[in-house]
Amino acid sequence: MRIFTFVNNVWQNITSRPATRLYPFTPRTPIAGARGHLQIDADTCIYCGICQKRCPSNALAVTREPKTWTLDPYKCIVCSYCVEACPKKCLSMNPAHK
Amino acid sequence: MAKRSVIPFGPQHPVLPEPLQLKLVMEDEKVVEAIPAIGYVHRGLERLAQEKDYQQVTYLAERVCGICSFIHSLTFCQGIEELMNVTVPDRAKFLRVMWSEMHRMHSHLLWLGLTADAFGFESLFMQGMRTRETILQLMESTAGARIMLGTCTVGGVRRDIESSAFGEINTALDSVARDLDQMAPTILNDYSVRERLVGVGTITAQQAFETGAVGPVAKACGFARDFRTTGYAAYGQLDFKPVTETAGDCFARTQVRFAELYQSVDLIRQCMAKMPAGPIAVPVKGNPDGEIIARTEQPRGEVIYYIKGNGTKNLERLRIRTPTFANIPALLKMLPGCQLTDVPVIILTIDPCISCTER
Repeated sequence: MRIFTFVNNVWQNITSRPATRLYPFTPRTPIAGARGHLQIDADTCIYCGICQKRCPSNALAVTREPKTWTLDPYKCIVCSYCVEACPKKCLSMNPAHK
Repeated sequence: MAKRSVIPFGPQHPVLPEPLQLKLVMEDEKVVEAIPAIGYVHRGLERLAQEKDYQQVTYLAERVCGICSFIHSLTFCQGIEELMNVTVPDRAKFLRVMWSEMHRMHSHLLWLGLTADAFGFESLFMQGMRTRETILQLMESTAGARIMLGTCTVGGVRRDIESSAFGEINTALDSVARDLDQMAPTILNDYSVRERLVGVGTITAQQAFETGAVGPVAKACGFARDFRTTGYAAYGQLDFKPVTETAGDCFARTQVRFAELYQSVDLIRQCMAKMPAGPIAVPVKGNPDGEIIARTEQPRGEVIYYIKGNGTKNLERLRIRTPTFANIPALLKMLPGCQLTDVPVIILTIDPCISCTER
């Protein structure tokens, strides 16, 4: 049994770069392929409502007349199930976190 | 006989990550009995599962737990697949194991940090969280999210890990293994850590068996109870043995979890070496009909899903028994006889996940 076994770790941590960033002044570079947030290309959307039916958390509301597509970002669980379901491929995930 | 008094421990307590109440019957500083009270974070997930399409329930099952979320969705998907006779491609099985083991690692590292915090070792807590960040970034780069991976689906997985990413994963695993080596002398051999863990919260193998303990709590008493040994997903094609200890105290549970961290590193490496080519999912048609019990090994022990379908897209019933629920009776055997100062450490060494337990 030993004492002061953590001194080496502490010394390395003191002399190495910080493990944290000074957020928000130093934002993190988005990781490629991350599901940051959902975005839509409204020009391609046909307002079919399939994404609304698929959404597990009822975060999407789509109407044909008038043509509206609404996302409640607080309900969205960023699963991208809607992105896979979209027949026109107008939905996509932006890797940056909002 | 000393005068008895009752101290309510929780539901809000600095050491508890989630609300659990234990009414501690005390004789001076010694605990003589513990009476549990849960029900502070019941969310009605099982009822909600009946309202959703079974494909959507995959995402709901993932949210039963905020730590071992992928393994919850995996258990649910395995149950539905067995119910619908779906054969999952081999590559998907290996990918499932990889993400499961990443979840086990980040769960154990979080646990390590919280336990260190419970006995007042803040620097060790920070070190654990720092190492865990490597795993979280690995999950984000491979699955697209840090915790709620959302990659498991009925019939396979939704996302592939290209072999070009294996180098990055190996580098991250090397870094984690190096960090673990650095922490090992402190966790396993430091005087102050051992003083707080050795001989504290001991249960015998007989008590663990009688109370139905699972996971590291059972393994620390010498029971090689690990559902991965049944070979679900791709575990049958990997070489590993359950980690066991015999002392049954807080230190033995720590040893088991720490050794499992190394085991997970090894399992992920085995997966990458043996990863077969092929599709990652098969299309699934129809709706589940009939009932099934699905089981998997989570970081905290064995989880059980009871799924009942009626031929429609909605499930008739989903019932979940989580490992913490199975370990609470064992906790009640550990507490009597201990000092009040040891109660937080003992509670944390079962790695309680109360939100899972109450669903």
